[in-house]
Amino acid sequence: MAAINRDDVAHLARLAHIEMSAEELDRMAGELAVIVDSVKSVSEAAGDDVPATSHPIPLTNVFRDDVVGHTFTAEQALSGAPDSDENRFKVPAILDEA
Amino acid sequence: MTEQNPAGISAETLIRLSAAQLADKLAAGEVTAVEATQAYLDRIAAVDGQVNAFLHVNAEEALAVAAEVDAIRAAGGAEAEALHYLAGVPIAVKDLIVTIGQPTTAGSKILEGWHSPYDATVVERLRAAKMPILGKTNLDEFAMGSSTEHSAYGPTRNPWDLDRIPGGSGGGSAAAVAAFEAPLALGTDTGGSIRQPGAVTGTVGVKPTYGSVSRYGAIAMASSLDQIGPVTRTVLDSALLHQVIGGHDPRDSTSLPEPLADLVAAAKTGNVEGLRIGIIKELHGEGYQAGVENRFNDALELLKEAGAEIVEVSCPNFQYALGAYYLIMPSEASSNLAKFDGVRYGLRVLPEEGPMTIERVMGATRAAGFGDEVKRRIILGTYALSAGYYDAYYGSAQKVRTLVQRDFDAAFTQADVLISPTAPTTAFPLGEKLDDPLAMYLNDVATIPANLAGVPGLSLPGGLADEDGLPVGIQLLAPAREDARLYRVGAVLESLLEAKWGGPLLAQAPDLAAAGTLETQEAK
Amino acid sequence: MSTDEILSFEEAMEKYDPVLGFEVHVELNTKTKMFSSAPNVFGDEPNTNVNEVDLGMPGVLPVVNKTAIESSIKIGLALNCKIAESCRFARKQYFYPDTPKNFQTSQYDEPIAYDGYLDVELEDGTVFRVEIERAHMEEDAGKLTHMGGATGRIQGADFSLVDYNRAGVPLVEIVTKPIEGAGSRAPELAKAYVAAVREIVKNLGVSDAKMERGNVRCDANVSLRPHGRERFGIRSETKNVNSLRAVEHAVRYEIQRHAAVLDSGAPVIQETRHWHEDTRTTTSGRAKSDADDYRYFPEPDLVPVVASREWVEELRATLPEPPAERRKRLKADWGYSDLEFRDVVNAGVLDEIEETIAAGASASVARKWWMGEIVGRAKAADVDPGQLGVEPATIVELAQMVEAGKINNKMATQVLDGVLAGEGTPAEIVDKRGLAVVSDDGPLLEAIDAALAAQPGVADKIRAGKVQAIGAIVGGVMKATRGQADAGRVKELILEKLGVTV
Repeated sequence: MAAINRDDVAHLARLAHIEMSAEELDRMAGELAVIVDSVKSVSEAAGDDVPATSHPIPLTNVFRDDVVGHTFTAEQALSGAPDSDENRFKVPAILDEA
Repeated sequence: MTEQNPAGISAETLIRLSAAQLADKLAAGEVTAVEATQAYLDRIAAVDGQVNAFLHVNAEEALAVAAEVDAIRAAGGAEAEALHYLAGVPIAVKDLIVTIGQPTTAGSKILEGWHSPYDATVVERLRAAKMPILGKTNLDEFAMGSSTEHSAYGPTRNPWDLDRIPGGSGGGSAAAVAAFEAPLALGTDTGGSIRQPGAVTGTVGVKPTYGSVSRYGAIAMASSLDQIGPVTRTVLDSALLHQVIGGHDPRDSTSLPEPLADLVAAAKTGNVEGLRIGIIKELHGEGYQAGVENRFNDALELLKEAGAEIVEVSCPNFQYALGAYYLIMPSEASSNLAKFDGVRYGLRVLPEEGPMTIERVMGATRAAGFGDEVKRRIILGTYALSAGYYDAYYGSAQKVRTLVQRDFDAAFTQADVLISPTAPTTAFPLGEKLDDPLAMYLNDVATIPANLAGVPGLSLPGGLADEDGLPVGIQLLAPAREDARLYRVGAVLESLLEAKWGGPLLAQAPDLAAAGTLETQEAK
Repeated sequence: MSTDEILSFEEAMEKYDPVLGFEVHVELNTKTKMFSSAPNVFGDEPNTNVNEVDLGMPGVLPVVNKTAIESSIKIGLALNCKIAESCRFARKQYFYPDTPKNFQTSQYDEPIAYDGYLDVELEDGTVFRVEIERAHMEEDAGKLTHMGGATGRIQGADFSLVDYNRAGVPLVEIVTKPIEGAGSRAPELAKAYVAAVREIVKNLGVSDAKMERGNVRCDANVSLRPHGRERFGIRSETKNVNSLRAVEHAVRYEIQRHAAVLDSGAPVIQETRHWHEDTRTTTSGRAKSDADDYRYFPEPDLVPVVASREWVEELRATLPEPPAERRKRLKADWGYSDLEFRDVVNAGVLDEIEETIAAGASASVARKWWMGEIVGRAKAADVDPGQLGVEPATIVELAQMVEAGKINNKMATQVLDGVLAGEGTPAEIVDKRGLAVVSDDGPLLEAIDAALAAQPGVADKIRAGKVQAIGAIVGGVMKATRGQADAGRVKELILEKLGVTV
């Protein structure tokens, strides 16, 4: 497995939508390199014949009947919104056209 | 504050009762729920300036619920008969669990001031039992940490030594219970966040079987690992609280369908004769503090004397558990925390320069709203799930999970209950591991396997370490769905230890109220 | 907006062979959303069909809608797919303000249905088999409205408003395998394929299937390769082509545009294209980039769906007959000509005629009434024929009355108007309006006497052999009886009375 470097962290920070300063990227790259190194034994621990476990207690077919439950009013829905207009959540422009 | 009830129980005594003792006195009319609740609120006012266990105190509502319970009791009749055993017994709730009428912050700036419009299932159940909610307790931001130092609202301090950490992430709940600011609290445990704080504060904490308690309304860190559980001062109290909050919830698809076993009866069984108790070879010895190891050996000795059979089991794949955990947990967390983006609720921060697009607002919001440890885990998780790395990291970690489960399965053919120290060390000084993430992660080495496999674990006080006089935790583990065994063995071990100590371990903790009044007032 | 060069369709076809692919999203018409119990209703006030789950509030968890699973399995079966014994949901992760959790819960490597096909009939009756790669379940996003710009488009907008009512509405995405060999009929096939999918989900009753409401949405992939080459060219993906006509036009346009790009020697860019109905062109969306790392992983808050074979067979037993097979059967049963049958299908009265025949009418009578009378009235009222409220039993009753000679055809249409006006059953209206064909000879004889008296010369003409003069008397009788007399019988009686044998 490749070591994690500053460019990797910059790319990951973009994917994760967290703006990071140059110093932060450097620091994070150093810390993550240590952590990634410490977990690398994991990839060699299990052979191909070992199935993955994604749920600790296996259950299947947990469904809900198609019956309408509670809803919020628009006011309740928007009560924690940083910005709203016309009963909708207001967000800045999506495209950068500056 | 020193006003006394007809039975002559002082507030000082009242707050030191276990939940079960308090419930008995409430039922007998010796004290009122309002008196008990007020005593705890007074205690919080007196000592929380030093401990910082609470992020929010919910005095008005708690007293109203207590008054309602008192009124129902006073009126008598069917409604009084129908009152839950714990009705009127106050409780604190980890601030990762959403509550109507109180802020929920998850210990993060990104949710500062946010009020949930819905209650978590466990909170609904507390309300149904008419348990006054004293407030919300401090935690590492989004439950990411083992010391509560990663809270955006300042660290919680260990009531045994205010310069030391109370464990984490649920340091607030454990410290509140240890400092007699609450008889009961709720925690959440993803890798040890209930058990490890329990160990280092001399309290009892239980991570139930995955699915035993609904996660609906617990702000998710790692969905396949998270579990809500009790934080208390006695094993019986944990069983009582587990019984209130546990059981199937149709709003959580991973909630177990079957009814809970009678956990309270299990805690009252009173014997361990013939039970096989397995020492996990890989979870003690090297890397564990000598004082921790000594208290662990004492516990084994007592259990043996009580008629249990002590065996040794080996779980060779536990060596990979910490690594697997630090891939699975951040992966799921990176996804679960994506929703905090400044669009629907919580903080919104505008970029200081450059284009003002939603993408940049999200980036600036998350940069300002999340602390370093949260960012670290989000980036690590994003890495582990990203194209080209999934199989090597997340995929491999899920396979290790299978191996850890197999180790448990094998161990449980040789033993009914497994035992280990809960944490490798006693409480360390504040700041000591803050800049060394890896050292911090090692605190969870003994607690993580249970989360990976979904099995239940209980930590109870095992005494004080010889070298520093700080509490040591003993961890019991049982097969999935066999939580009852933990309460049975835990209660027996607790009574043997308390007989040895001549009372609860917490009776030996320093008196905060005496030392702290002035400091408290200055701090607030 | 720059205009792309295009080649004529004919020239493009001479040089290149198109390969198509479709991703059709079908919104299910369940009562509630995919993972929450909030109502799945179109057109309500913004942010009112939401609860904490749909808004991605902290702490919420999804629970799968069982009806949505059953609908998805039905779609899979109708598309001749295999149904997965076990499948899971995954998280598709990307940040966008219409996506409340900043991931979409979808199916990734384990779709509920896979490996199917759909036989699509083109206008001339040619059947083209489209292979289905998979049909998987996912949730819809909320709706963004772009404000401040001139056009309401994302370009030039100052800010956007988000309504999460649609967030979490269950979707089934149907993905085809690459479709080769359509040649110049690719645009027509595109339209016919989407129409067939739409018809199937409507016929199953699992979707309202209204394209204008976005119940059925199509992403069309187009690539070209020189004739004779096996390897596919680079494709574009035209998003949200939301009418049948637009699907045809978009595929045709993209073929022409790709051909021009290839002719110029430039590579086709793998990108998203946006369809513009007004100009019937596409414009560039965004190119594929490393930002498209969706970091899929199994949704840890949901457990696997295990479709037992018993369950699948139970659902299969509930499936209606596939539309194409049904049409073939009905056409043969009813004996309609190709033209007659196509008119019936186009008029949208297939179900109605089938029900009318089932109620006892003959195939020709049913067609005569629906196509001859009701479709026209529906058009005038601007509603679907089925919505006029004509019961099959009404038509059967009318037809029987005509056949028995109780009323004539002209009266029958008046009775139909009465039924539509809510005056009652045909029998009641015939009674109320006194609309019976008069066959009792008594009143007729009186009317004949009166008519003969009124036109004295006519009787002699008839006796004299000018039998055609009888028309004047018959007309007088019909007038006197307000058209209710049976004209044939009147003629017989007049001749009898005058002692004339013909």
